[in-house]
Amino acid sequence: MNRRNLTQNTAFGVFWLTGAIAVLIMVFVVGYVMVKGLPGITTEFFTTSPRGGLSGEGGIYSTIVTTFYMIIVTLTFAAPLGIGAAIYLTEYSSGTDNKAICKLVSIAGFGVEILAGVPSIIFGLFGYALFVSALNMGFSILSASLAGACLIIPVIIRTTEEALKSVPAGYREGSLALGANRWETTWKVVLPAALRGISTGILLSAGRIVSETAIFFVTLGGSYRVPHSLMSGGRTMALHVYYLAMETRAFDKAMSTAAVLVAMIIIMNLTINTITSRISVKQR
Amino acid sequence: METERTENTRMMTENFSLFYGSFKALNNITIKIPANRITAFIGPSGCGKSTLLRSFNRMNDLIPGVITTGAVFLDGGDVAREDVVQLRKKVGMVFQRPNPFPKSIFDNVAYGPRLHGTKNRSDLAVLVEKSLKRAALWEEVRDDLHKSGMSLSGGQQQRLCIARAIAIEPEVILMDEPASALDPVATLKIEELMNELKKNYTIAIVTHNMQQAGRVSDYTAFMLTDEKRAGNLIEIGPTKQIFTTPSDSRTEDYISGRFG
Repeated sequence: MNRRNLTQNTAFGVFWLTGAIAVLIMVFVVGYVMVKGLPGITTEFFTTSPRGGLSGEGGIYSTIVTTFYMIIVTLTFAAPLGIGAAIYLTEYSSGTDNKAICKLVSIAGFGVEILAGVPSIIFGLFGYALFVSALNMGFSILSASLAGACLIIPVIIRTTEEALKSVPAGYREGSLALGANRWETTWKVVLPAALRGISTGILLSAGRIVSETAIFFVTLGGSYRVPHSLMSGGRTMALHVYYLAMETRAFDKAMSTAAVLVAMIIIMNLTINTITSRISVKQR
Repeated sequence: METERTENTRMMTENFSLFYGSFKALNNITIKIPANRITAFIGPSGCGKSTLLRSFNRMNDLIPGVITTGAVFLDGGDVAREDVVQLRKKVGMVFQRPNPFPKSIFDNVAYGPRLHGTKNRSDLAVLVEKSLKRAALWEEVRDDLHKSGMSLSGGQQQRLCIARAIAIEPEVILMDEPASALDPVATLKIEELMNELKKNYTIAIVTHNMQQAGRVSDYTAFMLTDEKRAGNLIEIGPTKQIFTTPSDSRTEDYISGRFG
């Protein structure tokens, strides 16, 4: 008995330690960025744009604008497409015994799996070749958003599929048995029940856009000016961190920008958690 | 058998067989469901009771690869030719596990009427109250209509599902083991409710619980699989007769607990 207890306690201790290490790494990284970055953050840092040049002077105003611009435009392209595709794959194609459709769906599912694992720079090169060059959109928010949409559509499809699949089959049966058709069932019962999962997926994708650098390095151009249209180039905050760290002497500014970036991602997560938990409390 | 002939038939099947791909699940079933009565389907697991029940409102249409021969009739009309939305408005269903939507109690009951065109808020309120009263749930929830249907107990949830089904004024209510996930007290409430409901509706219930069939039903149908695992109807008759003097020895063996 003692021996078994000892094994149990040892195992428990090891798992506790690994858990603690994981948390410590996170605390250390975030803490380091905050300690190095926070002192440089002033109101001016938020309200002025970078001045360019080797010194890396100036704030991050234009990069914040570009980041939000990118999130909104990319999600405008990607969210309807991704959610729509996921609805088709889970809600519509499952009820058929048409061989061609089944084949198509399995190929689509496989394609989504592959795409979700492709490194982002590949999407960047694709975006550069197609949107920037061939379609003549240049280095612009439009090009970058379209390339970014290609990157996150598989993520949105997968998370939406998961969310839809986790909706109990009984909801669908109940609705159909009351004389609802598939669309009414999807729109009025399944989607509301899957909303939490779907919005988590959208948030994850927005997080991808905020944190991605490689894909925008080759599609967004890197201009530090405030974008004034879809055809303007720009740089997101993450891209700005990269430029500051690699091409200027202002490493402290890079840290400050990183601190704002980390804070922003934390706030995004907290916001969506609050919203979705409110929704699900209402449903429960 | 004398009484059966004088009953009005609400639903019936004629030489009805159902296949899942090449597997025959129901074999040549001909049965009449009398109007304003409770007909219970009993038999061992996998004998096709639920499959037959789900044929009455074409829920099997949702499963890819299902093929049927023969016909199912509602009030003399072939259900296969009817618009499935209209059919399911007339033939409601209550499932084994209570499945209220993650919406308020009001919205759960109003879901069907809204689908079928009732938009006016006060009309809906009247309908919701009437349906909840018929489902014997009104007194327990009248002050909490805005609360989620998921917040109710299992038995209340099942009565909510019954209210939801009768809110669209069906002619027939199909119940697929409606009490199997409930405790004895909640089960008793559902059974009492069924007795009330048969005044206005025709009820077909699948149950694995023979005592329940004996308690609630007017007619009992006994089903059994043959050597190829296809479900067959062995016999149907007034419940009292099936439970005391069944005409088939297999029914007697099952009723007396010799197998199943």
